[in-house]
Amino acid sequence: MSTKLPKVPAVIVGMGWAGGIIASELTKAGIKVVGIERGKERTTNDYLMGHDELRFQHRTELMQDLSKETITHRNHPNMRALPMRSYGTFIVGDGVGGAGSHWNGQTYRFLPYDFEIKSLTEEKYGANKLGSEYTLQDWGITYDEIEPYYDTFEKMAGISGETVEMYGHRSNPYPTGPMVKTPTFELFEEATKKLGYHPYMLPSANLSENYTNPDGISRSACQYCAFCENFGCEYGAKADPVVTVIPVAKETGNLDLRTHSNVTRILNDGTKATGVVYVNTITGEEFEQPADVVIVTSYVFNNVRLLLNSNLGTPYNPETGEGSIGKNYCYQVSAGATTLFYEDKEFNNYAGAGALGIEIPDFAGDNFDHSDVNFIHGSGIRMTQYGNRPIAINQVPSGTSSWGSEFKKQSIKYANSTLQVKSQGASMPHKDNYLDLDPEYKDAYGMPLLRMTYDYTEQDKELVKYMSKVTRKIAEEIGADHYETTEEQAAFNVNVDTNTHNTGGVIMGVDPKTSAVNSYLQMWEAENVFVIGASAFPHNSSFNPTGTIGALSYRASEGIIKYLKDGGGSLV
Amino acid sequence: MEESEKYQLDEKGSSRRKFLRNSGVAAGGVVVGSVLGGLIGFGGEKQQHEPATEPEHVAPAANPNAALMFFTPDQYQTTVAATERIFPADENGPGAADLNVAIYIDHQLASPWGINAKDYMLGAFYKAEATQQEQIRILRKDLFLLGLKGLDDYSTKKFDSKFTSLNAEQQDEVLTDFESGDYKLSGLSSSIFFELLRMLTIEGAYADPMYGGNKNMEGWAMRKFPGSRMNYNNEVVSKEFIELEPESLQSHMGH
Repeated sequence: MSTKLPKVPAVIVGMGWAGGIIASELTKAGIKVVGIERGKERTTNDYLMGHDELRFQHRTELMQDLSKETITHRNHPNMRALPMRSYGTFIVGDGVGGAGSHWNGQTYRFLPYDFEIKSLTEEKYGANKLGSEYTLQDWGITYDEIEPYYDTFEKMAGISGETVEMYGHRSNPYPTGPMVKTPTFELFEEATKKLGYHPYMLPSANLSENYTNPDGISRSACQYCAFCENFGCEYGAKADPVVTVIPVAKETGNLDLRTHSNVTRILNDGTKATGVVYVNTITGEEFEQPADVVIVTSYVFNNVRLLLNSNLGTPYNPETGEGSIGKNYCYQVSAGATTLFYEDKEFNNYAGAGALGIEIPDFAGDNFDHSDVNFIHGSGIRMTQYGNRPIAINQVPSGTSSWGSEFKKQSIKYANSTLQVKSQGASMPHKDNYLDLDPEYKDAYGMPLLRMTYDYTEQDKELVKYMSKVTRKIAEEIGADHYETTEEQAAFNVNVDTNTHNTGGVIMGVDPKTSAVNSYLQMWEAENVFVIGASAFPHNSSFNPTGTIGALSYRASEGIIKYLKDGGGSLV
Repeated sequence: MEESEKYQLDEKGSSRRKFLRNSGVAAGGVVVGSVLGGLIGFGGEKQQHEPATEPEHVAPAANPNAALMFFTPDQYQTTVAATERIFPADENGPGAADLNVAIYIDHQLASPWGINAKDYMLGAFYKAEATQQEQIRILRKDLFLLGLKGLDDYSTKKFDSKFTSLNAEQQDEVLTDFESGDYKLSGLSSSIFFELLRMLTIEGAYADPMYGGNKNMEGWAMRKFPGSRMNYNNEVVSKEFIELEPESLQSHMGH
């Protein structure tokens, strides 16, 4: 028996970057908003004892409690999916701030090529570059149309970076200058320039200098303490909804933030939503929150699951290719790295920041010719310095035992004496890679878990092989005593792979037949439901997703405000 | 009653000697006197032997954290011996035994993590494919105890002796066999226990000392890791390697 609460104009499900931005924009426009978050309230006080590798990285303190909800995984449709019982690679956020609290802060824009990938690929390489099983789609928005929203996000977060000629046009330079160039980055810079490439400092949400944003929020410069990924920044230098958009929304007096509240269903009649049902995770009490507009801003996985569990939208059918909810799940490929070992050099690699890195744009998107290769798109080739933490990072030459005297000797010898040239590659959609409801496993509230059917495609594997040669070439140009290169992408394993950039499942587009939401992330099949996040990406680029999530969130806010003022209707 | 107490004392004495032998601290007779100390005796034993007349050498207070909340003393000794083989004392510095890694493991297994409190434990446990995560119903604390018992059972079968009574080479042989996964622990491959043991050993050597291991931050010092400092503005741009004294989270108290 649920308690029915008074109706509000807008209810937001999930208070990470997307939810925080929407809350901030709507409340500034005078709209009353209820923000529902399954985890706890958070301020920088929660991060004060945060330099704790065990608690935050290995015991995943800031992540969702898997005892309540997880996903199941299988590599292909003929396998039985099994639950991810403990964390491997995915780090799914929890609490106010969501994944925006524990992220590294790497804040890229996607390329003009990304938004029109199907058209541009066909134009240049013909219709059969990839087989028909690759469900490539344009996004229904061009780079020029989304550019102003990137600009807004970057100004709000104070992104530190430098303009890159080979990427899309910028209406403004980054609001703050690039992060410091470390001595090892100088090695990378010198080598890549010698090879004819164009190195640049990675765009960072860890501030390079003190900054006050257009909302009047002031934050201090990063101290390079090396606790970003998996950790909250007690200093407020890393942009986080908790230190940016959430306080702005609270300040208006228009945000009613309800934590420890887990939305289980969106109430709807098939064409319109009437509100949401949520459970207080501490007391078990159930509530119904009616609203004019339902804004779904949880993580990719739960955005898809919530729609499927609420019978909203048409589920994707891999047999027929019809339906859209769960379609085009994509990931990224991070194999293809080369590690450099030094016998008599030590680097201050204990210092760093989550978005401290240097990269070349020469192998991203269609910046190089793909006529003679069996893949499209590309990788960011980079060197980063997050800060090597001692439980996580124990690089030893291959062939060394993983324990015992030799392991100890080698892991200590190389503790400060390795570098890595890495590649992070794009992931193209495939008809057999999708999300649906698991037929067997349930969450703590009795609702079906999300089932992931995913494996790397031939296209992805070809891309990795190619990029491994590039990382090797750069590594050799830098010079080291010993190199090791990962040349192949092994089968996908939800607990082994090293990336948490999940995308797709509620994809945007121009055609209601092939996409779930329009370019304002408004559902085609339910005009008062907006689904925001990386779930809207029709494919995944090689870049980290948050910048694009931020831009889409600002655009969606604009749409939602218009929708509420106009009293309904499709925004396109 | 009397008999069992006597038995325990004998066990303690012999385990203590093995502990010292396995950990290498008894080499050269440096700490032979401390055999008179307690079974675990971290810090406390020093206190007993410091001359009371030299105030400038005030002995450190006994570490109240170095006590057991999960293991029996025997289980603890087996853990000390096994972790020391995973991460042995050498010319770089202390091994797992001297870093209190077994104390760390004891505390972790007693924590909510030991009972898989944040893991998904519902539903059927099917056999996993090679590309899926092992589906294990057994809680970590129980898995670890099964593994410890397995080490003794296997050692007895192979060498007619408990694990702690074997020499280092024999212990390595047992652990190598466990790592290969050929031995079964209540139907589970021994490699699953081995991986847990290995992971916990690394964690115990390098986690913040408040968790019980990484004694005096010596794990960090060995690899010149400065711990949890608040800023590295100078170090991050320095071409020279800068070695800093490690600082633990305790230094953040009062901030």
